[in-house]
Amino acid sequence: MTDTPRDVLITGIGLVSSLGEGIGTHLDLFAMGPGIHPNIKSEGYAPYFVHGLPPIDWSRQIPKKGDQRQMETWQKLGTYSAGLALEDAGIPMDEAVRGEIDMIVAAGGGERDAAVDAMVMDRARGSNDVGAVINETLSTELRPTLFLAQLSNLLAGNISIVHKVTGSSRTFMGEEAAGISALYSARARIASGQSEICLVGGAFSAERKDLILNFDLAELMLKDEWRPVFARAGAHSGIAIGSVGAFLVLESPEHAARRAARAYARLVSATGDRGRRDRERTAKRFADLLPNTSAASGDVLVLSGATGLGDLVDIERGVLAERLPGAPIRAYGTMLGHSFEAQMPAGVALAAGALARRAAIPPFDSGEERPADSAPRHVVVTSIGHLHGEGVCLLEAIEGAVS
Amino acid sequence: MSASDTDFLGRPIIAVTGVGIVSSLGRGVEANWDALTAGRSGIHRIDRFSTEGLRTTISGSVDFMGEMGQTSTGLSYAMAEAAGSEAIRMAGLDDEDFGAPLFLAAPPVEMEWQHRLKLDAMDGGDIEAAGYDRLLEIARKHPDPSIYHLTQCSRISEMLADRLGTRGLPITLSTACASGASAIQLGVEAIRRGETDRAITIGTDGSITQESLIRFSLLSALSTNNAVPERASKPFSKDRDGFVMAEGAGALVLESYASAKARGATIYGLILGCGERADDFHRTRSKPDGSPIIAAIKAGLADAGLPPEGIDYINAHGTSTPENDRMEANGLAAVFGERLKQTPISSNKSMIGHTLTAAGAIEAVFSILSLKEGILPPTINHDNPDPAIDLDVVPNTARRQDIGAVLSNSFGFGGQNACLVLGRAPSA
Repeated sequence: MTDTPRDVLITGIGLVSSLGEGIGTHLDLFAMGPGIHPNIKSEGYAPYFVHGLPPIDWSRQIPKKGDQRQMETWQKLGTYSAGLALEDAGIPMDEAVRGEIDMIVAAGGGERDAAVDAMVMDRARGSNDVGAVINETLSTELRPTLFLAQLSNLLAGNISIVHKVTGSSRTFMGEEAAGISALYSARARIASGQSEICLVGGAFSAERKDLILNFDLAELMLKDEWRPVFARAGAHSGIAIGSVGAFLVLESPEHAARRAARAYARLVSATGDRGRRDRERTAKRFADLLPNTSAASGDVLVLSGATGLGDLVDIERGVLAERLPGAPIRAYGTMLGHSFEAQMPAGVALAAGALARRAAIPPFDSGEERPADSAPRHVVVTSIGHLHGEGVCLLEAIEGAVS
Repeated sequence: MSASDTDFLGRPIIAVTGVGIVSSLGRGVEANWDALTAGRSGIHRIDRFSTEGLRTTISGSVDFMGEMGQTSTGLSYAMAEAAGSEAIRMAGLDDEDFGAPLFLAAPPVEMEWQHRLKLDAMDGGDIEAAGYDRLLEIARKHPDPSIYHLTQCSRISEMLADRLGTRGLPITLSTACASGASAIQLGVEAIRRGETDRAITIGTDGSITQESLIRFSLLSALSTNNAVPERASKPFSKDRDGFVMAEGAGALVLESYASAKARGATIYGLILGCGERADDFHRTRSKPDGSPIIAAIKAGLADAGLPPEGIDYINAHGTSTPENDRMEANGLAAVFGERLKQTPISSNKSMIGHTLTAAGAIEAVFSILSLKEGILPPTINHDNPDPAIDLDVVPNTARRQDIGAVLSNSFGFGGQNACLVLGRAPSA
């Protein structure tokens, strides 16, 4: 343990989304804006909107076909993104090195076998012994290994197997809060000296009707007409889900210096809270999480992880207008879709990339977002969870470093 | 903080000032400890659902939590609430206003069969064919947020945070069968960082359903010794044939020693150290050389500042699967050497089964009680020792023995290995 908290550096980024793979690909695309379009699949998903994955050659980060077969898309996406982050950080595939790396993964639950689920429902109709139907069908039709593709902590398990990260392995669950807590915990451990280097992130696979069913039972999904996140209100409110894998390598300055690693940015803080979701208390909790950067608000960019649920968008924008009046805001869910556990890690990835590039991000939505006057020196990343949990991360540019 | 309030590395010493338990043996610390030290089994025939056609028909399910027991999310919450409030009250604190962070080990949840079938039976779908397209049509006509809430992995911690009055954003975690120990480790780390003077850590698991039982069964992980349920879980026996799925919750109030002393709280034991190490060998099997298990045990001892000789008793992971018990014994032998044979080691799972996500927390609570009471719970059903595992497993009958430090092991699918070292409370 160190007595004074240390800086925490972001030295690797692995980002995969509907827009492509790699932080550079995302920033290059954003730089072509304003007016760029997200990559949305509605075919097969109408009336919903899904930011689905482009074709990915999984073998580039998951070389063994045997490993790929053990995973469904969610785990492959996470394992692939984690590999990108480690590669981006320049960490060699050396077990002695990777065996010292800590890991925190924000995960939901894995895929189901939709065909088997349909079979059970079909056979249960009209049966007078539904219990026996479930037993018989699941016992004979479920692939034994599917269980391992479903367990939340098996994304981390696969990262250990494929990328040899074994210092520690912790999986946090609970939608957006999981991603917020993962960054909080990884940052706090490094700042206090409990850890030197940590792989942290999450993945969400959006092309899953079983999940859309859950969300729409609570009428959370955006339907019929797509709009950018900040333009969603009233009847046009809702979530367009997006596949995202987002991992970061966080590191102490000493550890990064020893291996001559370059850093994208400093993760100054990562905080979260929760509580009753009435308007007043939600606004107060969110405001209390925001850093006091008023003195330098000319150089602050806000990357908002807003869900697209109108009431929450409204609360968030109200608080930001009051607390960071000069700061341009970008709702990255407009471009990537909403990715729950991966939402905060994805925002931090984009923030770190933008700070290292010293480049402003053009508006994703010219109607609601205004251009920035200059490149940001600080980025505030927000995530107000769709149901509960609020989080804010603050990142700072590293002087002199330009990538 | 005085020097006696910190450990050998100058970190705050972590005291346990309250514990709580629910298991198939009953509700509450007293009922559980009485049954456990009497060598009683909580394993029974499953009557929660039809077991027709299943290879395993027994479990350590918890069937006495009332209406909340109708869903996995509800049952996991109800048991966590019972154990958590018991621990906070034992600590002499307000169980509606705990005022410090919550670290929760909880099972991943998803929609259950009862809800899929209920939706499929509703009208409103133009699509006749069974499947998610039909359910989506029905959901648009008959939205039901109550089903949605049960599918959210943050649901249990949200309800607990409101019920117990915890502060901040709770962390819900899963490290499979090591989860309960990982939750304690997160609490210990937060206190050591000086972020908080205390924390509540809970492990809960109420996820025995037809599908979860079948999933484990398909991996050949479960005992099929159905004939006499209470005899099925036999860790370290030659004829062990798998674990028995079980439910329960364990809770601990962790507190800096300085804070506990300052408010005059009773200290039941200490958390001296935590160690972990992930395994990169296989999704369900340990590296054949046991190196990750060995590294986790060594890391736990190092964090506690103790040599192997400092450990007086081992609370085993001891699942009763052929693989786990052999790997655990080999891993311990590599660390403890010849001394292992003289170190008593017992498995609570012989009586309560494998409570999965909750196991590490429940077994930490039993370890604290062992330290406090000077009683080692037995490994029951130990009539046919495995000659390849030469251990003092405290066979069949509890033993009275004063102990100063306990090692509690937890290993899980996905290469999860976590070890806790717990110590006796300093005499006042």
